[in-house]
Amino acid sequence: MTQSLYDKIGGEAAVNAAVDIFYRKVLADDRINGFFEGVDMEKQAAKQKAFLTFAFGGPNNYTGKDMREGHAHLVERGLNDSHVDAVIEDLGATLKELNVPDELIAEVAAIAESVRDDVLGR
Amino acid sequence: MPVITYDKQPYACEDGETVLQCLTRHGVAIPSSCESGVCQTCLMRGVQGRPPAAAQQGLKDTLQAQHYFMACVCEPGEDMEVVLAGADVTHLLEAEVMAKSALNDDILRILLKPAQPFDYKAGQFINLYRPDGVVRSYSLASVPRQDECLELHVRVLPGGNMSTWVRDEMHPGDTVAIEGPVGDCFYVPGRPEQPILLVGTGTGLAPLWGVLRDALAQGHRGQIHLFHGSYSTAGLYLVDELRALEEAHDNFIYTPCADEPGDDMNAGVTCERADLAALAALPDLKSWRIYLCGHPDMVDVMKKKAFLAGASLSDIYTDPFVYSMTSS
Repeated sequence: MTQSLYDKIGGEAAVNAAVDIFYRKVLADDRINGFFEGVDMEKQAAKQKAFLTFAFGGPNNYTGKDMREGHAHLVERGLNDSHVDAVIEDLGATLKELNVPDELIAEVAAIAESVRDDVLGR
Repeated sequence: MPVITYDKQPYACEDGETVLQCLTRHGVAIPSSCESGVCQTCLMRGVQGRPPAAAQQGLKDTLQAQHYFMACVCEPGEDMEVVLAGADVTHLLEAEVMAKSALNDDILRILLKPAQPFDYKAGQFINLYRPDGVVRSYSLASVPRQDECLELHVRVLPGGNMSTWVRDEMHPGDTVAIEGPVGDCFYVPGRPEQPILLVGTGTGLAPLWGVLRDALAQGHRGQIHLFHGSYSTAGLYLVDELRALEEAHDNFIYTPCADEPGDDMNAGVTCERADLAALAALPDLKSWRIYLCGHPDMVDVMKKKAFLAGASLSDIYTDPFVYSMTSS
């Protein structure tokens, strides 16, 4: 049986290791941190954990509709492709910091990329 | 088949069914999203019956201690009564006012003795009712098993509806109504070597005074740094008690801070905001446990800064005080 991407990255433990690093990078990233002003940090971290689980190919029930509804208020505030680029870049840097091999990072980026249009409401 | 009670209605849970599936099947709408035990949208609390450990995985330890769980991954092992997170089920009870004294020019120490056993953790808060129904939240500065009474620190605000009543009309011997306890800013035993940072402004010292003494009583061995800030040295309080505690415990370090230098500037008071003084002294907070109490702006900003300074979100506990200035 071939190992899934989620298992290769390290499953739930990898998500737990990644979430603080990823969220810290996002908050420190002036291109996108304006979208995170004034949000409840615990709730946001839980959402990011769900996003990372999804991007790592783990168990999830996310739908395009969730992605659209969840980001519609941000699209109204000007969320665009450059911001999605920044998130995917921060995600890649997080995984690099955790010594995830480049080919797996590329797979994760491709999964994140697959929801770009839903996130941006297109 | 375990029975799930929600909003006073019992629902039979089938084998292998989660609390979320059971309630949804019976037409009860519970908010949910990932349905994988990650996003915490379906966070609930067990009022009766314990949730299985698997349904609490990834939750903050203070939430686990209060039996919070994620409904989407909770296959109950026993009958449970559950409520949505945030729907606090507490009971009003009576308490006798045992003592009232001044901690400084505008902060009162109130000691209350509940009429019934009252199970709480140092650092949680209660709601105090005035006979006409006005209600305010106050943190608990007392420590269970150590202090006989519940201790509140009440800052008397000019024109403050509740606090001026406490000052002028609440007297020892009176009976008041309280409810609680509420809140997840408390010490959880375990990891006794972990360094702890406590930052509070004003009566934000109340929960920290409780958390600090609770941690020491439970044998915490890691360093415990307290930065208490006020607008001036006149606003500081419990200074002698804290210095005595510092003498008695090698691992406790107390830094009183005042925004403005006062005429009576005591030796050893740092003239800087407490949060800034803490960050300057402790720039790397990786692996620290952090408690932030008091002014909501300080708490919010410091929470983010502590996280960016390396602290894990699961190790940051907050109690932002929201002051009500309505005169109704």
